[in-house]
Amino acid sequence: MTTATYDKPLPRFDPFNRPFWQHAHEGKLAVQRCAGCGDRHFPPAPVCPQCLGDKQEWDVVSGNGTLMSWVTFHKAYWTGFAKDLPYDVCLVQLDEGPLLVSNLVGGAEGHVAVGDRVRVVFERVTDEITLPKFAPVKAAR
Amino acid sequence: MSTLRELKNRFAVVGVGNTSYGSFPDTDDYGLGAQAFRRALDDAGLDKRQIDGLLVCRVPYYARMGEVLGISPRWTITLPGHGRMSAMGIIEAMAALHAGLTNYVALIYTNVGRSRRVNYGGEENPNVWDPWGFTSPGAAHALMFRRHMALYGTTTRQLAEVSVAFRKHAAFNPDAVMKHPITIQDHEDSRPIALPLRLLDYCLINDGAVAMILTTAERAKDSKKPPVLISGVGAMESYARSSIPNFELNFWHDEVQAVASEVYGMAGVGPDDVDALMCYDNFSPTVLFALEGLGFCKQGEAGHFVEGGTLQLGGRLPTNTDGGHLSNSYMQGWALNVEAVRQVRGECGARQVPDCEVVQFIAATPCSRSIIYTRG
Repeated sequence: MTTATYDKPLPRFDPFNRPFWQHAHEGKLAVQRCAGCGDRHFPPAPVCPQCLGDKQEWDVVSGNGTLMSWVTFHKAYWTGFAKDLPYDVCLVQLDEGPLLVSNLVGGAEGHVAVGDRVRVVFERVTDEITLPKFAPVKAAR
Repeated sequence: MSTLRELKNRFAVVGVGNTSYGSFPDTDDYGLGAQAFRRALDDAGLDKRQIDGLLVCRVPYYARMGEVLGISPRWTITLPGHGRMSAMGIIEAMAALHAGLTNYVALIYTNVGRSRRVNYGGEENPNVWDPWGFTSPGAAHALMFRRHMALYGTTTRQLAEVSVAFRKHAAFNPDAVMKHPITIQDHEDSRPIALPLRLLDYCLINDGAVAMILTTAERAKDSKKPPVLISGVGAMESYARSSIPNFELNFWHDEVQAVASEVYGMAGVGPDDVDALMCYDNFSPTVLFALEGLGFCKQGEAGHFVEGGTLQLGGRLPTNTDGGHLSNSYMQGWALNVEAVRQVRGECGARQVPDCEVVQFIAATPCSRSIIYTRG
């Protein structure tokens, strides 16, 4: 799919989040880690919220996490999502700590439960952007 | 330096006023604000020249508001149009009165959300999660409620009790926008928005304005109506999950507990003494979270607590007797504080709670606040 035909919102780059999207485009899930105290956090921030240190590194994480909750959208706030209705958005706690909002692949209602194990999958949506999404780890159920 | 608790019963609400709620494209924020201000001023029996403090919330420009009203305060503060700001503003006004920065504060809230078709999601509120289609405060509450269902077995039929109770109250409020009664089944059958939340779990965005006038308890003795005293306040923020706006993984439970400890401790009352509760209800689940945090029931038990009409007039804990945000209008906490004052005064007619002496406002939000109002 090319950028020209992709009609959903794309990430807005800020001075801190570009490495997240570069990693994602290479099929890696990465979060910021403070070089000083080791705290991992997401979304990317200018300083470490624990020690206020400036030096932040990028840490490729396992991609494994726990499904904390999900919501099924029946309303399209962007026209680009209208054709996907209803679609599932999940809240995942990575094994490394940070909370991420993403999409649940494969349907939520009747298929998953809060507390299920999930794993990252990657969906290339434009020539530059790949969205990390999550799928249930079947073996765990 | 005085402690907060020494401020118990030292400040009073002496005037309240509001516009009707609906779609008013022929006026603007200032027109609505002026109408609410005039009514609050009349309610207080004050002359506008006595107003020397101005707190505005969601009003585009404080100075234009002052120009429109023809007042020249010596203290002004502007708060953004976030729902969590109402009790924050009232507490700020109290602090300014205590410091002697002002003697009579007018607090003016305006909203033109309906005629301007505000919907709180999508491009209106850009967010880091937009690429995944996650947007809107309602969806954040849906995430929380799904988790509450999973952890505690709470059901959407229990959640419906909140919407049903407030709609019942709205029928007794001439200003309320939605007055026709609804049933639990109506709630279950309503249009899905962000499941598990449906249309009847969402507040009503409207145009309107609300005004309050606060002064010291000493000055309030001369006011037109019996003053309503601020007997307790409590506050606690929760910013750790703010990149998911309007969300907290544990339902703001610890923060509301801290607020409860402060507000009840200062007022010298407990949950059993509360005659009516005014509970911030941008979305129905917030009410359950607030009840648990305040200690009306244990965490996870709010679904059972609200069953059978607990929150209805005549029930154990009459809540949002004006219809709340779900059925009166989304005046972002301000109208609920006004309703608290009117209940304590005994002015609520068909929706009056008998022998109403202690009314509590609570907002379980990233800036949780509570205020306890009592008779002067």
